[in-house]
Amino acid sequence: MSNYIKLIALGLVTLFAMIGANYARDLAYQVHAIIVMIVAGGLFLYTLRRTDEPKPAAAGLENEYFDSVIRAGAIATAFWGVVGFLAGTFIAFQLAFPALNFEWADGLANFGRLRPLHTSAVIFAFGGNALIATSFYVVQRTSAARLWGGNLAWFVFWGYQLFIVLAATGYLFGSTQSKEYAEPEWHVDLWLTIVWVAYLAVFLGTIIKRKEPHIYVANWFYLSFIVTVAMLHLINNMTIPVSIWGSKSVIVWPGVQDAMIQWWYGHNAVGFFLTAGFLGMMYYFIPKQAERPVFSYKLSIIHFWALIFLYIWAGPHHLHYTALPDWASTLGMVMSVILWMPSWGGMINGLMTLSGAWDKLRTDPVIRMMVISLGFYGMSTFEGPMMSIRAVNSLSHYTDWTIGHVHSGALGWNGMITFGALYYLVPALWKRESLYSLKLVSWHFWLATLGIIFYAASMWVTGIMEGLMWREVDANGFLVNSFADTVAAKFWPYIGRALGGVMFLTGSIIMCYNLWMTVRKAPAKEASLTVPVPAE
Amino acid sequence: MELYTLLRQFADSWMLLFLFTFFIGVIVWAFRPGSTKAYKDTANIPFRHDDAPAPSQDQPAADKEARA
Repeated sequence: MSNYIKLIALGLVTLFAMIGANYARDLAYQVHAIIVMIVAGGLFLYTLRRTDEPKPAAAGLENEYFDSVIRAGAIATAFWGVVGFLAGTFIAFQLAFPALNFEWADGLANFGRLRPLHTSAVIFAFGGNALIATSFYVVQRTSAARLWGGNLAWFVFWGYQLFIVLAATGYLFGSTQSKEYAEPEWHVDLWLTIVWVAYLAVFLGTIIKRKEPHIYVANWFYLSFIVTVAMLHLINNMTIPVSIWGSKSVIVWPGVQDAMIQWWYGHNAVGFFLTAGFLGMMYYFIPKQAERPVFSYKLSIIHFWALIFLYIWAGPHHLHYTALPDWASTLGMVMSVILWMPSWGGMINGLMTLSGAWDKLRTDPVIRMMVISLGFYGMSTFEGPMMSIRAVNSLSHYTDWTIGHVHSGALGWNGMITFGALYYLVPALWKRESLYSLKLVSWHFWLATLGIIFYAASMWVTGIMEGLMWREVDANGFLVNSFADTVAAKFWPYIGRALGGVMFLTGSIIMCYNLWMTVRKAPAKEASLTVPVPAE
Repeated sequence: MELYTLLRQFADSWMLLFLFTFFIGVIVWAFRPGSTKAYKDTANIPFRHDDAPAPSQDQPAADKEARA
């Protein structure tokens, strides 16, 4: 019966997408209509072939974890990671050598089109897949229950991949609402909303049917990430489409309110997507890898509430010296500085989990990766509050310092903790004794770390240099430098940053090779060789 | 009173008080007597059910033992 409803829905979607492909007012919308048509049409055929066929028995599944979707998530994380790092390295070279904005690819693959592709690929495709996969893993293990909702988890996974493909093709073909980290247009936003509600249902459903009386702290962080991102996404994308057959839409918020909502969204994307979600990862995978419980559970509770109470106010620090009222940007600045405390509280909690097991740093490169991610987290959560102070911001804003700050956080904290989690997850998910090669993990560790240092140091140099050059005036009060002078002065640091990117990318490719060989070659775990007794 | 002023006044007074009290309450709650013992158990949750979910109540005891 449910298959008939599915067939009707898929048929209607396919038909609608066909009409959309015909009437499309712009290229991006047309491409999207064709993608949706192919996907919905393919699913229609797939469902049709399985309709009225006998179903395989699903008995005993409640005694197993739902891990196949997490394996797919681990693969997707590694794949999108390499794509995103590659795009980033390429646009770094485009900035140093403008000739790489090829004439034949103008309007498709120039810096302006590739830059949102890079940011979305690393944040939403790499980071998002890592968060979805690890949250499904952690919520099952800490709730001692199978994922709720059956194949809904597969819908979340494939729906999210479709969102990524739609967003990425949209950027290349010029569909954007020009809001940083919220570039996708209305039709893609609607799709993400559906997927996200399903994600929330799976996660919350699993927590509700948990067998552990207490909800482990990692799940609190994951849940706050899912709920807050839903709220941010809805409010920042309140748009009215110009036509149902076109990408273009108009935001309902006027002027400065729109700017404030955008950065309320933007900073909380950092705070809840890139921080709270990844802290959920930290609170599970660091104790697991170190084989000891978190340093202080009390601190983790205070960490959670302090972090979510404060982060939500920090957005206005992106709008110093704008039309935003001073009181609002002062509020954002003060909250950002206070935020330093819970951030470091969390970092200390993670680091001290290793107390009594510090020798593991010598022997286990995976734990080294997790520890350096906390180091970068601590560094960038100190740098961030400092840059949010109005006087510092007047120098740093609009310069490369900001980009350096984002990358030390994103590559150092999000990247490294995700790599650590992948190194933990792949042997666990494919039931392998250990990783294929710890030596390759060390190579990855050093390439990534040195790459980030190269990157961040180059960006500090260019950022502070261009900030000082922009404000330099001569004795008569005239500006000394033209904008092009600062661009010329940044050439060598730009090469340095691009090389840092190459190192980071190389490390991630080594990781992919290592994980691939772990699945192919590493010996299987003893326990999985015995025939499991089916539960009656 | 216009809506903005009303909301602003509410945010500056009752809501601020509520959020602040809630936060202090969380800290007091975390340090309540007996919490150290309870949290010791909670912090060990990740080490319990690595391979399979906890068996449900209606299952025979032999099965539970096999999963342990």
